[in-house]
Amino acid sequence: MTDGTRTRMPALHKELLRIAIFAVGVALLLNVLDSGVALNFVMMALYAALLAQAWNILGGYGGQFSFGHALFFGTGAYVQAIAQIDGGLNPWLAMPLGVLASAGVGVFVGALSFRYGLKGSYFALVTLAFAEVFRIVALSVPFTGAGVGLMVPLREGFGNMQFGSRRGFALMVLGLVVLALLVTCWLRHSRFGAYLQAVRDNEDAARAAGVNPFRIKLGAIALSGGFMGAGGAFYVQAFQYIDPGIAYGAHTSVEALVGAIVGGMGTLWGPLIGALALHVLADLTRNLFGQLPGINMVIYGVVLVLMILFAPRGLGGLGRSVRELWKGRTK
Amino acid sequence: MTDLFILFPSILNGLTTGAVYALIALGLTLIYGVLHIINFAHGAALMLALYGVYWLKEAAGIDPYLALPIMVPAMFMLGYGLQRGVINRASHGKDENILLVTLGLSIVMENLALLFFKSDTRTIETAYTLTTVPIDIGFAQAMIALPKLVAFGGALVASVVLILIVGRTDLGRAIRAVAKEKHGAKLMGIDVEHVYAMSFGIGLACLGAAACFLLPAYYVNPQVGNGFVLVAFTIVVLGGMGSFSGALLGGLLIGVVESLGGLLLGESLGQIGIFLLFIAVLLFRPQGLFGAKA
Repeated sequence: MTDGTRTRMPALHKELLRIAIFAVGVALLLNVLDSGVALNFVMMALYAALLAQAWNILGGYGGQFSFGHALFFGTGAYVQAIAQIDGGLNPWLAMPLGVLASAGVGVFVGALSFRYGLKGSYFALVTLAFAEVFRIVALSVPFTGAGVGLMVPLREGFGNMQFGSRRGFALMVLGLVVLALLVTCWLRHSRFGAYLQAVRDNEDAARAAGVNPFRIKLGAIALSGGFMGAGGAFYVQAFQYIDPGIAYGAHTSVEALVGAIVGGMGTLWGPLIGALALHVLADLTRNLFGQLPGINMVIYGVVLVLMILFAPRGLGGLGRSVRELWKGRTK
Repeated sequence: MTDLFILFPSILNGLTTGAVYALIALGLTLIYGVLHIINFAHGAALMLALYGVYWLKEAAGIDPYLALPIMVPAMFMLGYGLQRGVINRASHGKDENILLVTLGLSIVMENLALLFFKSDTRTIETAYTLTTVPIDIGFAQAMIALPKLVAFGGALVASVVLILIVGRTDLGRAIRAVAKEKHGAKLMGIDVEHVYAMSFGIGLACLGAAACFLLPAYYVNPQVGNGFVLVAFTIVVLGGMGSFSGALLGGLLIGVVESLGGLLLGESLGQIGIFLLFIAVLLFRPQGLFGAKA
């Protein structure tokens, strides 16, 4: 949690190098992998990592715990689908639109709640309620296809963002994950990021030092919402279908939040590690018990409770404790 | 006068639902008032209680109202155990952790129910399920289902009992002391951990009672808690966090608003009304409509 003070300029180069190695490594892996199952696994793990990273920007670095991040995911997804189906827009153009719309919803919700000083449980409740309102609205208005959902017509081709294989989609989501890593890296080393972490650690002190917490938090929720919206747009392209339950249901909010917390909030690699760990776990149980309704969520819930009980700093924090023990620097 | 013919049954209906809402919200507000935490698992715990009542009826043939002496202590013990065994240990001195742990608990409960009971919506049949009682106040008449009337009376009695426990007993005095100043209470020899767990237990015991009153006129499925939990949050916020009379009044008010909203705007939009009200109150009057208590 108190990572911010540790980082200095040389660390930036190290982090950028690591991100580059990660990007090249996974891209190479994707080119070598041949089986559809393996490609699908990597794609879904990266997708989960993207959601967790998006949540981490606001929750981990901003200290604002949203329980309704599906709000931004669903908005990105619906804009992506509707812009194509009704607007005839090319998906590559629809995506930035979806990201902007999600960031806009973020600014709207953020402006409302931060202006009135909502934080902690109150903020969590408001985001949850907004996601629920959007879900009910999406269920009752015609242009979202209501309960039936929206189907994006199949038009395979790079120009239509519909790649023939899972490999293409995996590479696309890898690009988004790397972008999120770079933005997180920027948060760790920029003035804006320093302000954000100052607001998280002590809002009054930050204000006294001349930081405008309202504007900083607004920036964070817009960034976080934007990446979540990109995740929604990706979902629509990869699965060509969206309905109110998928878009605004609790499942996505929980997946984003648990991934970030399990890996370690407010860290660069935590959300990625957390999402991957959860995904491996979910896959193992699927192989052991078969496809049972709700089993994935049971695991997510149990892991969440266990992590908070025994390792509140996440897997990354756990690793750090071990490293510190190794160096004999037990705090 | 013709308007009253439609409105009166609707208002009555809203009041009966509202009383059960109030009972659920009282449990939530007690937990909030004492522990200063928001129990996200409240809805999921209500769902478990409803399944408890359901299985007692289906497997053992116990009438929902006679299940009260079983469900209330059972839910109390669940709450006491959860608080002492899990929630309290998870805090590490930070409120956010409690928030997340109760969220985790609610996810686990809800999906375990999904796993074991499937997503089917279940109802029970009792001899009085379809019995109705005529109510006549001179210028307006209504027929109301007997289970709803019982729920109304039962929820009100349970609420009064709860308020008396907190207001008049030694335990209640300890609870109020801990709520106000836990360090001071500790110095006076009060076992704060025990009081926390008692409060959490009583909060869930309210759900046990609510479930017994609710099920004869309602249904249960793994998601049933979600609808109630946001309504209960709305009531708690509306009535002022931690205020008992506020929760009671807020519950009745929300029940009527929901019923009238459903009548005038249709079912799903009536639900939106509650969410919008909730957001509006949180934003503009987080101290609640009734109390100015901080």
